[in-house]
Amino acid sequence: MLQIDLEACNGCKLCEKTCPFAAIVVVNKKAKVLENCTLCGACVNVCPQHALNIERPAQLSPEELTKYSGVCIFAECEIKNEPQIKPVALQILEKGRILADKLEEDLSTILLGAKNSQLTQTLISHGADKVYLCQHPLLEQYSTEGFTNIIAGVIMQEKFSIILFGATPTGRDLAPRIAARLKVGLTADCTGLDINEDRQLVQTRPAFGGNIMASILSPYTRPQLATVRPNVFPKGTPNPERTGTIKEIPVKLNPKGIRTKIIDSAITQKEETIPIEEADILISAGRGIQTKENLELIKELAEELNGTMSCSRSLVDLGWLPHSFQVGQSGKTVSPKLYIALGISGAIQHLVGMSSSDIIIAINKDPDAPIFKVADFGIVGDILEIVPILIKQLRELKKN
Amino acid sequence: MKIIVCIKQVPAGEVKINPETGTLIREGVQSILNPFCEYALDEAIRIKKEQEERGGEEVEVIVLTMGPPQARSALLRCLELGADRAILLCDRKFAGADTLATSLALSEAIQKFEEDFTLIFTGKQAIDGDTAQVGPELAEHLGIPQITYVTSTNLIPERRRIQVERETENGYEIVECKLPALVSVSSGSNILRIPSFKEIINARRKVIKNVIADDLSKDTSRFGLSGSPTQVAKIFPPKSRTGGQKIESDDPEAAVSRLIEFLQENVFVDKE
Repeated sequence: MLQIDLEACNGCKLCEKTCPFAAIVVVNKKAKVLENCTLCGACVNVCPQHALNIERPAQLSPEELTKYSGVCIFAECEIKNEPQIKPVALQILEKGRILADKLEEDLSTILLGAKNSQLTQTLISHGADKVYLCQHPLLEQYSTEGFTNIIAGVIMQEKFSIILFGATPTGRDLAPRIAARLKVGLTADCTGLDINEDRQLVQTRPAFGGNIMASILSPYTRPQLATVRPNVFPKGTPNPERTGTIKEIPVKLNPKGIRTKIIDSAITQKEETIPIEEADILISAGRGIQTKENLELIKELAEELNGTMSCSRSLVDLGWLPHSFQVGQSGKTVSPKLYIALGISGAIQHLVGMSSSDIIIAINKDPDAPIFKVADFGIVGDILEIVPILIKQLRELKKN
Repeated sequence: MKIIVCIKQVPAGEVKINPETGTLIREGVQSILNPFCEYALDEAIRIKKEQEERGGEEVEVIVLTMGPPQARSALLRCLELGADRAILLCDRKFAGADTLATSLALSEAIQKFEEDFTLIFTGKQAIDGDTAQVGPELAEHLGIPQITYVTSTNLIPERRRIQVERETENGYEIVECKLPALVSVSSGSNILRIPSFKEIINARRKVIKNVIADDLSKDTSRFGLSGSPTQVAKIFPPKSRTGGQKIESDDPEAAVSRLIEFLQENVFVDKE
């Protein structure tokens, strides 16, 4: 439970303003905790006097471990004309369904936003049994503190056993904050998830730039938290007939509890281009293109094949393309139906981001380039010579 | 004004796995300062110089790491690049820490020795673990706000604020935040800076403070392996793909024709 050091408390009311559940009040210049405290820890985090504390045991006893049950997914949203659930959230929902069925437990989701309650049915039709719906004007935009406070509260209240986040920039900003608040383990960027005979979550992820896979457990703490790489698990087919329950969580947020403020934002990636992680065909360029101008050639080929352009890290480092085009360990994981690597040697950091593509084609000058080891079809040659011929032959084919 | 830069030493090359024992082969692998940590340090030093030029508050840049004794060399590089002093958390009791235990040790060292800090910089992630978790976890332990994936910063000391530009999935954002705060840096100049001879000599005179677990807390079970909720159950090499056909030909037109046939067989290009 929440402990208050009454000597240290100076009645500043920051805890009262920050608590998302109106569970702490200041009476006679001293903080007082109410019965609806969720143990989310928002007040502990902001108290300038360090007067608040929540004891969280480092290890749970076997009996305490069994009190935690169910799989919960953070339903990350994005705005594309209107709010929608991000593809990765639907992918982990499908995986979460499999895990929950194995455990014979419920699959829940947490949906935060200002005006997106219409999305609850999408979550249910993709397999959710329960949706925890948290609506507040201050939740329209993501903020680390606002989202952490609310999600930590719901998690502590419901005692889920497993919580999964998409390993997106938001998921990777949010999940560690929640893990540190609850003093539990978190495994980043999982590419495999399973339940073992001890009903524990087995989290598999690449380490050391993809050279090694590691399977990770959190045996003595709950909940078990993981972020999951986008496009590793397929998204399921929705069933609009499915039913589930919606639980609205009343939240009270104060702007003072959110210490970061977004002043301006801009979208530099054009709306009409498909994000590389959603494209079926990727035409990917590496250092072999030699000059920035030669990117035009890649674009032309992409148009001929109805594909999307992507690239290796070197072109982003050179500033020729934005980070959103980058495939690989420090960029995005992609698994298109067709991946054409042009002038990409295939460092392990690149391969880890694209080797789950259905079909890989590589063109490279160096016959020993590692990319050929994963390619289904390869041509040894200079892309600046081969690609124009390829474009020409494709056009001739269309004319006939 | 104190700016703390948390850094990590990482293997420079590929780390391989011994197929028989399933353990990492660390022998012969050199260590370097994690590139994202170097960007973070560069940003701290840029702020220090900027404050000097405008006659603002004096800035002290302190680098902090947890690691084996060899991690001193990464700290020394930071001192050569312009940091003022360094702290090394080095103790067997810190070994085997996951991100939670690591961030806890760092936070306790900061609270104990540098509590009056203004800003903490970290790299967005280390290139060996790629978790990007220690920064946000550290911010949470310290109860300060965090801004991740930052590409440039503008410190406004008179308003006790920092304004940053950060990457988002499809563009960027300008975020303002109260100080103290933690900022994780995701990009910087790619040229590895070479310190001058004078900087190298000066660095030898700077202090690297050694801290052991008992210096931080009576309850050292919260650090290292015993304080880590996550456990590595096993490590194994990734599934590998096998290469298909590879054409090495003097006739590029013929090679491309074969490629188009391959695309047609897989229905990416219409036949005729």
